Amino acid sequence: MCGIVGLYLKNDKFEKKLGELFEPMLISMTDRGPDSAGFAIYGDEVGENWVKLTLRHPDEAFSWETLSDKLSVSLGCEVKWMQNANVAVLKINTDERSARSALNELYPDVLILSAGSSIEILKEVGLPENIASKFNLSGMQGSHIIGHTRMATESAVTMEGSHPFSTGSDLCLVHNGSLSNHNRLRDKLKREGITFETENDSEVAAGYLTWRLNQGDTLKEALENALKDLDGFFTFTIGTKDGFAVMRDPIACKPAVLAETDDYVAMASEYQALVTLPGIENAKVWEPEPATFYIWERK
Amino acid sequence: MMTVDLAAQSVRDLNKALHECKDNLTEKEWIVTNPKGNHNIAVGLDADISVDVHGHAGYFCAGMNKKANITVHGNAGQGVAENMMSGVVRIKGDASQAAGATAHGGLLVIEGNAGARCGISMKGVDIVVKGNIGHMSCFMGQSGSLVVCGDAGEALGDSLYEVHIYVKGTVKSLGADCIEKEMRSEHIAELKSLLEKAGVDENPLDFKRYGSARQLYTFKVDNASAY
Repeated sequence: MCGIVGLYLKNDKFEKKLGELFEPMLISMTDRGPDSAGFAIYGDEVGENWVKLTLRHPDEAFSWETLSDKLSVSLGCEVKWMQNANVAVLKINTDERSARSALNELYPDVLILSAGSSIEILKEVGLPENIASKFNLSGMQGSHIIGHTRMATESAVTMEGSHPFSTGSDLCLVHNGSLSNHNRLRDKLKREGITFETENDSEVAAGYLTWRLNQGDTLKEALENALKDLDGFFTFTIGTKDGFAVMRDPIACKPAVLAETDDYVAMASEYQALVTLPGIENAKVWEPEPATFYIWERK
Repeated sequence: MMTVDLAAQSVRDLNKALHECKDNLTEKEWIVTNPKGNHNIAVGLDADISVDVHGHAGYFCAGMNKKANITVHGNAGQGVAENMMSGVVRIKGDASQAAGATAHGGLLVIEGNAGARCGISMKGVDIVVKGNIGHMSCFMGQSGSLVVCGDAGEALGDSLYEVHIYVKGTVKSLGADCIEKEMRSEHIAELKSLLEKAGVDENPLDFKRYGSARQLYTFKVDNASAY
């Protein structure tokens, strides 16, 4: 089953309240996905020549200070860090590639959940309300956020199999549905150099988009190609640095509803996830068309 | 008039109260406030009552309806009026997929657009949509009428039996064994009556009729010997 929710702010009116507005949306989709939950929030952007990483270590007592110090020495640059439960957000005054290779060398057991200039991905196994409270979602600020509540079908209930999946710098994907050609596609993508952590079908969709974008596709082109190459059922929401995109497969049996006001665009698997949003009574509410993608981005 | 506020009472409370009208009709007019996308609102009614839902409804609203007159002043989610037997269901906004699925009777009016699979396997209901309908609508439709004042999506009327389909706008594609048919006087009269019943101001002469070519397996008498 699974639930998807997304909230994109068109202006800065609600930026300080983004997490507070989003938390009930995520929790309301618990009956569609009670086994894991996660979200990708965009905000607090780093400057040029900096990279922002979200890192996870299974041990809550893990010393992020030591990691940051060692990284700083190894890379010879400034590293800022902030811990949130067993996850830390690092801001490093270098490029993504150097940061990744230094981390892989020094701390191969630390998982990179996201990389970019604005994105932070937080996800865990458990009830959505527990995950929201663990990471203090309601206190978070930003410009847009997408989230997922999971009811696993195609692979195990693990943190690695939960959504959102990072698909590149400042990009991520959440998926409701099931893909039927993910095994063959995974093999093809592996040959193209894309790496996978799990047997999860949604990770293949994420890997596919990463591959297309690496090949030089724009997001629009990558989504057009995804419609041709992915077989199965899907409603996707894709987070980008400046906004989000929503796409349903041609069969469109996985639900999706969109709502738009002067201040925001919201997406959810079911309308009941949107009812706590301000002004929803007068919002334009509609169902996205099959095999069609919708993109909102701040200019 | 009785008002049920779903912010204060559960859908189960509402449906229980509405079901009790079957044997003990004390209130004919019901208003439901704060539906907030809840599923299964006003399901399984069997009484000559009116129910006005003020706001958007979730899945399966007005399912299995008998006799009741249910109006949603907003959108409805998947499977609105599914398996309806009689009565009238009116959606002032849009309906999601599988509106009127398998419904046996009554009238379903959607004043906005309907999503995919509208009237799938319909068995006698009349459906009037003022806007457009999505793909695979009326798939295996057996009986009743589907009227679309806007456009129809892909594969309209695939594997159709005896439903009369009337579309004013364009049809993206017809499904297997569905063909355009001549609008004879009895069809114009039927469509006129349906539009009037639905309160939709359209000229029946602007519509085209679609129906089954009756060429699939089930229609071949030679296949009867298989049983």
